[in-house]
Amino acid sequence: MTGIIDYGVGNLFSLKSSFAAIGEECLVSGDADEIRRMDRLILPGVGAFGDAAGKLRESGLFDLLLEEAASGKPLLGICLGMQLLFDRSLEYGRHPGLGLISGEVRPIAEAIPAGLKIPHIGWNALTYTRPSALFKNVPEGSHVYFVHSYHAAGCGPSTTAVTEYGGTLTAAVERDNIFGCQFHPEKSGRVGLEILKAFAAL
Amino acid sequence: MITKRIIPCLDVRDGRVVKGVNFQGIRDVSSPVELAKYYSDSGADELVFYDITASAQGRRLFTDILRDVASQIFIPLTVGGGVNTLEDFDRVLKCGADKVSVNSGALRDPSLIPRAAKRYGDQCVVISADVKRVDGRFTVFARGGRDNTGLDAVEWLRRCVGEGAGEVVLNSIDTDGVRGGFDLEMLSAVCDAVSVPVIASGGAGRVEDFVTLFKALPKVDAGLAASILHFGEVTVADIKKALRDEGVNVRL
Repeated sequence: MTGIIDYGVGNLFSLKSSFAAIGEECLVSGDADEIRRMDRLILPGVGAFGDAAGKLRESGLFDLLLEEAASGKPLLGICLGMQLLFDRSLEYGRHPGLGLISGEVRPIAEAIPAGLKIPHIGWNALTYTRPSALFKNVPEGSHVYFVHSYHAAGCGPSTTAVTEYGGTLTAAVERDNIFGCQFHPEKSGRVGLEILKAFAAL
Repeated sequence: MITKRIIPCLDVRDGRVVKGVNFQGIRDVSSPVELAKYYSDSGADELVFYDITASAQGRRLFTDILRDVASQIFIPLTVGGGVNTLEDFDRVLKCGADKVSVNSGALRDPSLIPRAAKRYGDQCVVISADVKRVDGRFTVFARGGRDNTGLDAVEWLRRCVGEGAGEVVLNSIDTDGVRGGFDLEMLSAVCDAVSVPVIASGGAGRVEDFVTLFKALPKVDAGLAASILHFGEVTVADIKKALRDEGVNVRL
């Protein structure tokens, strides 16, 4: 079963519904014992990095996620949940993340020409930089739904997919059992459901 | 590069879609879930549900259908109509909405936008404005176009965006329902004034109107489509194919 981490950040309704749609069991939980029993975990999140990281720490889930990740359990971060996987974020200050994947979360504005709208919001195409288990049933060039004002920079070989928005933005990362999608698979139609299905099969 | 979005808009009263006439392959065109599925399958990039219910009973039905749609349709959903308080935001977000569109509610209480943006994030707050030319000035109207607020539309929208609205829906009362094309002049004035996505609304009567919109105004991010789709003569896929053929980047 897939556990969706509930730490009081964001709307879990669609994520939970999308698991029902692909016929996979999931449990939304913030309980340490329940989370330990899950086969794989999803870390969702919308909003500001500092608040979300603070809530993860207050709830004791920060250290639990580090333990679970170290045990080899598949962990997928979505949107802000992906950003939390990195070393740090520069959103409104400087905040440490989980440090499960090397890289830093920085303003999109630094990576794209002036005049383009921020947030990067809407459907954009995936370009693969290397094969990933998440995209095994998703053709390159498929569109997925993004909403973000910060992006992961310096991810190096962890990057599996990028998207073009005046500059190149990290769309997905993978390192061993740790996965991240900057876009929202639960809002990306059939393509998104294929990605969740691939994760649920890990 | 990011694609131009085509967004069908569904008016819902007492749990049923108000417009919608005949679609091949749909049994019940007034069922919000069936219609949402139909639109999603034909390539809609997002859906707007507009609650035109007045009663509390109707409002409950609306959130019920929203929950049904959100549990089966996995594209972004925006909800508008009757949003006056943070409790209204909460009510629809819990039922699966991704964005909330405010119109008269923000005119009555301009603090609604900054408060909602602070709580839910800018990306969640859409300012929708009904605008009409009065003595040559773009003027904001409230209550579905009934009341002249006297506010200058460009100033009003710039203020809303400055206070946290993450998207603008600009509905031109002058072109709405005429089906003679979008209001390019009004859209251009607003696009020049704000830095967030602008969604064009009001006036689409033919597929070519969308081509003209995005060719003439590359700054416009999306086109809202209501009556052009509700009669089933034109599909979202038709619009997108025409756009692609003209070199406009769309998701097909």
